[in-house]
Amino acid sequence: MAAAPIWVHGELAPDGSLAKISTEVATLARGLGESAGRDVIGVVIGSDPAAAATELARFVPRVLAVSEPATADHAAGTIVGERLGALIERDTPDYLFAGAGPEGRDVAGVVSGLTGRGVLVNAVAVRWEDGPVVEMSVFGGKLTTTSRFTGEQGIVTVRPNVVTAEPAAKTGSVEATSVDGELSLPLVKVVDRVEAADAAAPIEEARVIVAGGRGLGGPDGFKLIEELAEALGGAVGATRAAVDAGWIPYAQQIGQTGKIVKPALYLALGISGAIQHKVGMQTADTIVAVNRDPDAPIAEFADLVVIGDLFEVGPAILAALRARAG
Amino acid sequence: MRIVVLVKPVPDTASSGERLRPDDWRLDRAAVPAVVNANDEYALEAALKLTTAHGGDVVLLSMAPPAAPETMRKALAMGAASGTLVTDPALAGSDTVTTTRVLAAALRGMEYDLVLAGADTSDGGAGVVPAGVAALLRLPYLSYAAKIEPLKETETVRVHRISPTGYDVLEAPMPALVVCTQALGEPRYPSLKGIMAARSKELTTSALADIEGAEAAEPTTAVLGAEAPPPRAATRVVREPAEEAAKQVVAFLVERRIV
Repeated sequence: MAAAPIWVHGELAPDGSLAKISTEVATLARGLGESAGRDVIGVVIGSDPAAAATELARFVPRVLAVSEPATADHAAGTIVGERLGALIERDTPDYLFAGAGPEGRDVAGVVSGLTGRGVLVNAVAVRWEDGPVVEMSVFGGKLTTTSRFTGEQGIVTVRPNVVTAEPAAKTGSVEATSVDGELSLPLVKVVDRVEAADAAAPIEEARVIVAGGRGLGGPDGFKLIEELAEALGGAVGATRAAVDAGWIPYAQQIGQTGKIVKPALYLALGISGAIQHKVGMQTADTIVAVNRDPDAPIAEFADLVVIGDLFEVGPAILAALRARAG
Repeated sequence: MRIVVLVKPVPDTASSGERLRPDDWRLDRAAVPAVVNANDEYALEAALKLTTAHGGDVVLLSMAPPAAPETMRKALAMGAASGTLVTDPALAGSDTVTTTRVLAAALRGMEYDLVLAGADTSDGGAGVVPAGVAALLRLPYLSYAAKIEPLKETETVRVHRISPTGYDVLEAPMPALVVCTQALGEPRYPSLKGIMAARSKELTTSALADIEGAEAAEPTTAVLGAEAPPPRAATRVVREPAEEAAKQVVAFLVERRIV
């Protein structure tokens, strides 16, 4: 009998499409499946899973689409976790891979609680040696640990931007399936979905992040950050100091109590690079900083630092980028 | 109302000495000072604000090594009424599965309207324990909260859950478990009065045998090794005037194939 398959949780974005993180997780899992000689199966659970399931099938050979009407007007994490847990007990895949964002964590937590399967979290690299061997960054990047499961089953959550999503050579199949029985965990009603008027591009999955800190001096300073982000096709990030000052929403905060990001470029203006911020962005591929203070911590770990006034250097970079774009 | 806040002592991020013991790859807790996990402080602050507004008290629940009372006193000094520490040699090096089960078992013996937890911890960073606890206890689970509002008439709780495009307004009957974020507001500093009062507050220590249904399962995960990540390349420092510096930045981005 062939070894049990690897499953990928296909996460839904608010508009019902497949979340970008799931395309990355699916790409990673497909590679592991090839190394391990195991089937890789995607699972999408939601009130209208068809579009996301079709998208996920571009990345893995087979996708199970589970229609679950309750997620239309109830918080999805618990519902998806319960249904996925039941499917796992029924079909007994060995491993489940999910994103390490808020949605993936909710689902992984519920599945782990219900099935007793262990979780390796926040993977920054995964290889296969008779099972997944997972690298994680701990203590704010001071150490990289390598871990594995003690048994032959488990759940892995994967950080965004760990792999580049690449569709498979051949598109996979989508099968509708259902899970028997009523939902038994309590439902949490969604009374309203509020779109923030100033909702910015999400930072977790952005390829480029332009971030500002206390050095911006006020909310107006973020206009420069936004313009630079637009010119680079990126998202806007911030330090806790800028968020606490009310210059920008918490959703944009990067660091220990905000988000952990891994963009291709992190352009930091007016950010000193204190440890609580550094832990959120130090795994960026390229870090460029503009700071007046040559002794700021960020001047030590950035790849390139411009010592100067961000209100002079920032607009000059913007002008140079625009000139280049023509 | 009664609120239980889950708190975890973690190594202080601001210290630079965090390390794992090379013999078993467990956290070397002797190497660095412990603090209350930053995200748990937001949960505690939210709980204190709720009991100030609606009456009631806040109790702490922690699963941690025997040295944890010192850290828990700091949380009591912020204003929690009492605390329970579950500590047992059999729990050393516990994974998230055991942590989830033990916290759920401890909560079964407690009375509460809400359980509040932080989004994740600064050491393990898993962020999966609260969802597992809620599932085991069959509590409504409301995560990623930017606002918490108990509604007395309906005995429900309303939560603004941060979404990628704004926020969702969630509502569920109490008791419920809510995962808190920094958006709930800055934690207070303990007052001198609070620190003095914390010394005489009740801090109960429980072993596994004291909690019905709690046991340490075989760990599901194992650390094989740990090493410092490769250092980043040396920093290139640009001190030229703005226009020239900008040219160099853009050339660097082109070189790195970012633009």
